[in-house]
Amino acid sequence: MKILVVDDFSTMRRIIKNLLRELGFNNIDEADDGQTALPKLQAGGIDFLVTDWNMPGMTGIDLLKAVRADPALANLPVLLVTAEAKREQIVEAAQAGVNGYVIKPFTAQTLAEKIEKIFERVDG
Amino acid sequence: MSSRSEIKIDARLEQAKSLVKALENGDGGLAEGLINELAEMSQNEMFQEVGKITRRLHDSMNQFGLDARISELADKDIPDAKERLNYVITMTDQAAHATLTAVEELLPVAEGLNDRSNKLLEQWGRFQQREMPYEEFRNVSKEIAGFFEYSASTSEIISKKLTEILMAQGYQDITGQIIRRVIQLVQDVETNMVELIRLSGGMNEGDQKKQNEPELAGPVVPTLATGDSVQSQDDVDDLLSSLGF
Repeated sequence: MKILVVDDFSTMRRIIKNLLRELGFNNIDEADDGQTALPKLQAGGIDFLVTDWNMPGMTGIDLLKAVRADPALANLPVLLVTAEAKREQIVEAAQAGVNGYVIKPFTAQTLAEKIEKIFERVDG
Repeated sequence: MSSRSEIKIDARLEQAKSLVKALENGDGGLAEGLINELAEMSQNEMFQEVGKITRRLHDSMNQFGLDARISELADKDIPDAKERLNYVITMTDQAAHATLTAVEELLPVAEGLNDRSNKLLEQWGRFQQREMPYEEFRNVSKEIAGFFEYSASTSEIISKKLTEILMAQGYQDITGQIIRRVIQLVQDVETNMVELIRLSGGMNEGDQKKQNEPELAGPVVPTLATGDSVQSQDDVDDLLSSLGF
């Protein structure tokens, strides 16, 4: 299981990476926005995408839309971890096909739960 | 305009002629009245000019949406920014305390672990040197078993506290995002002030204002500096002082 963590703040990438490691995921790659993330995803081998929304260059929502529009990536599970808390934004993400949405600041438990749920649904 | 100024000149000429006549006739009262009328005339013109300039500034401000934007900045955005910055203080305060609390709780745990393992190490050394009576060894062996349990529960506490420290660092992302927005606001204030000063200085009213530069232009990066924007507070200060502020 290889996971790509995308956030423009390196501190947040480290936090998420460490939490994922605690959950037993050790194969983790990073990108600092959608533009750098997309080629990594297109290169293949990534099984799960965790991304922020508000990033310079290419935002998380645009990355999500690009992923869903790419036949090779369309089924990739995507978790948004973002400080964007507006209703309409969450609706937009849902319509774009996000698999989970975590609002910052979050707890280790929340992240674990959302990831678990995503894999339950994907596996089931 | 030229016909209007001709009328003005004619009117003044008439008054000047009457003034000369009044003075020649030795009519001091009439002469004084005429002098006052002339003075009043030029005063009125001055007031009209001030009025026109004021109106022109007001119109220009409206035209560029400055009036509304400046009101919005003062009424909403700047109070908002103060709120945001206060929230940054709150978040950094909470994160620092959460981290310090976890460290304060971890230090005695690490100390206890160190003490117990040092004590066992000493006993283990004596056992290896065959300096330990059997009775004592039986106790030490119990202690070793207890130590395994203790170290398992201790490492659980340590990793729980470390996760707390890890999560507390999330403030950097949130406060960073908030501060970015405040930086954008400060930039917006600068731009509006400069525009206002330019307009009140009566410079190039007809200039095309660069409408809608990208909403998220973000902070000015010195290496990406362009000539048409201010680069620093010093630039704004200089501009202000050159205009007599």
